[in-house]
Amino acid sequence: MQTSYSSSRILLPVRPWFIGFTLLVALLLNFLPTAALPAIPDWLALVIVFWSIREPRRVGMGLAFLFGLAMDVADASLLGQHALAYVLVAYGGLSLSRRILWFPLGEQALQVFPLLLLVQIVQFGVRTMAGADFPGLSYFLGPCFATLLWPLLTFVLLLPQHQPVDRDANRPL
Amino acid sequence: MDHQPPPFFKRGPAPVALLCLYVALSLALLVVDARMQTLEVLRQALSMFTHPVQQFAHLPAQVFDNSGSYFASVARLQDDNAALKKIGLENVATLLRTQQLEVENERLRKLLGVKERQRASGQAAQILYAARDPYSRRIVIDKGQQDKVLAGQPVIDDAGIVGQVTRVFPFVAEVTLITDKEQAVPVQIVRTGLRSVVFGLGDGQLELRFLPANADVQNGDLLVTSGLDGIFLPGFPVAKVVHIERDTSYSFARIFCTPLAGVENFSEVMVLDPRPAITLPEPLAREAAGRPAKTLVKSGLTKKKRLKKE
Repeated sequence: MQTSYSSSRILLPVRPWFIGFTLLVALLLNFLPTAALPAIPDWLALVIVFWSIREPRRVGMGLAFLFGLAMDVADASLLGQHALAYVLVAYGGLSLSRRILWFPLGEQALQVFPLLLLVQIVQFGVRTMAGADFPGLSYFLGPCFATLLWPLLTFVLLLPQHQPVDRDANRPL
Repeated sequence: MDHQPPPFFKRGPAPVALLCLYVALSLALLVVDARMQTLEVLRQALSMFTHPVQQFAHLPAQVFDNSGSYFASVARLQDDNAALKKIGLENVATLLRTQQLEVENERLRKLLGVKERQRASGQAAQILYAARDPYSRRIVIDKGQQDKVLAGQPVIDDAGIVGQVTRVFPFVAEVTLITDKEQAVPVQIVRTGLRSVVFGLGDGQLELRFLPANADVQNGDLLVTSGLDGIFLPGFPVAKVVHIERDTSYSFARIFCTPLAGVENFSEVMVLDPRPAITLPEPLAREAAGRPAKTLVKSGLTKKKRLKKE
C-alpha cells in the first residue's frame, strides 16, 4: 500500500483476486468486436499499467507477458507482438511507481500517456519490420482516449480499497 | 569494485534482468513466428484458454442480434419469404438448365479425354469476428479442426472469393482475406482470357500487378479465378477493375480492383473442400521418381517438347 497525493485516507490492502478479476475484464473488453470503431483504448494495457504502478510486487512483467500472448493468439497477430509491448509497459510502470503517486491525477495521466503510446509504437515497429504499411494516425488515437480515462479508472479500481469513513475523536487520521 | 550489501527483503531477480529475459523471449517468439511459422502448436494450445473468453465476450452482441430477429415483425418475415420464393422460382429455369449443361459438359469432356472438372462442394460457416489488429485483414469463422477444416481451403460467399483459411484452431479457423497484403490470387480476365495474379493492398482494394502498360484491360472488367494454383477452383468471381493508371515511364500499368464478395462485411461464408493435388501423367511421374535430381530439367524439357508439338 502506498501513500498518494491529497489523500488523508489510508487504503485497505488490495485483494489479489480483484487484480486478477480486473485483468480478465480488461481482456474481455479487448475481445469485444470493436475493431471497426476508432479510438478504442487498449483496455488491457491500461489496466496492466495501473496495477504495475499501484502493486509492482504483484503485477509484473511475467503477467504482462502471459496476457500479451493471449492477445496475440486471439488477435491473429504475430506471436510476441502484444507480449513485447506489454512487458515494456509493465517495466515502465514499475519504474514510475515510486514517484507518480505523488502527483495529482491529471499529471499522473500525463505521465502514463507516453507508456500507452509506447504500446502502439512497439506494435507498429514490429509490424513495420514484418512488412506492413502505416495504419493511419487513428491508430494512435486509442492511447489519447485511454489517457483521458485514467482518473476515472483510478477511482473505479481503487473503490474496493476505500475504507468506510468513521470519524474518531481520538484518532485524527 | 563496489560491494553491495545483502538485500533485506527477498524480491526475486532484479527488474532489469527480468525485463531482458522477457524482451528476449518475445523477440525470439516474434522471429520464429514471422520467419519459420513453427509455432502453430503453441498457438493452438493457447487458444484453448482464450477461446472460451472470446466466446463469452461475443455473447452480448449475439444476444442483441438474436433478440432483434426475435422481435422482427411477422409481416416482414412473410414479405421476405415471398421475395425469396419469387427469386427461387426465377432461378429454377437457369438452375435446371445449368445442371443439364454440367452433365453435358462432363460427357463432352470425357469424349475429348480432358480431365473432368471438380464439382464445388463445401461447408457453410459463420463469421465470428474480424481481428482487432488493424494490420491483419483476417476474419475468424466458427469451423475448425473439429469440422475437418484444413489450412489452405478457399472461402467464398454468395458473390465470390472471400479468402483462404490460413490457420486452424480446434473450434475456429482464421481466414486471410484476399485484400490482405500477403494474399495473392491467380485470376483470369473474363473478357480477354488474360491470366494474371491479383494482390491485396491491405486497404480493402486489390491490385493487378505485372501487366504491361499496353495490356488489354478496361474499367469494369471482371476477374475470375484461373485455377492455375491448384487451390482455388477455376471460374469464381474475384474482383472488378475500377481504376487504371497507364504511365509510359513505367513498364507496368497500375490496375486497381475492388473485391466482389462482401469481404469486409459480417455474413455467412462457405469453406470449399480442398482440391486434390495435381498429379503428373503416369510416364512423367515414373521418370520423376526414378531420377529425382534431374526432375526440374526433365520436366522443363518435356514442356518445351509439348509446346513444339502443339
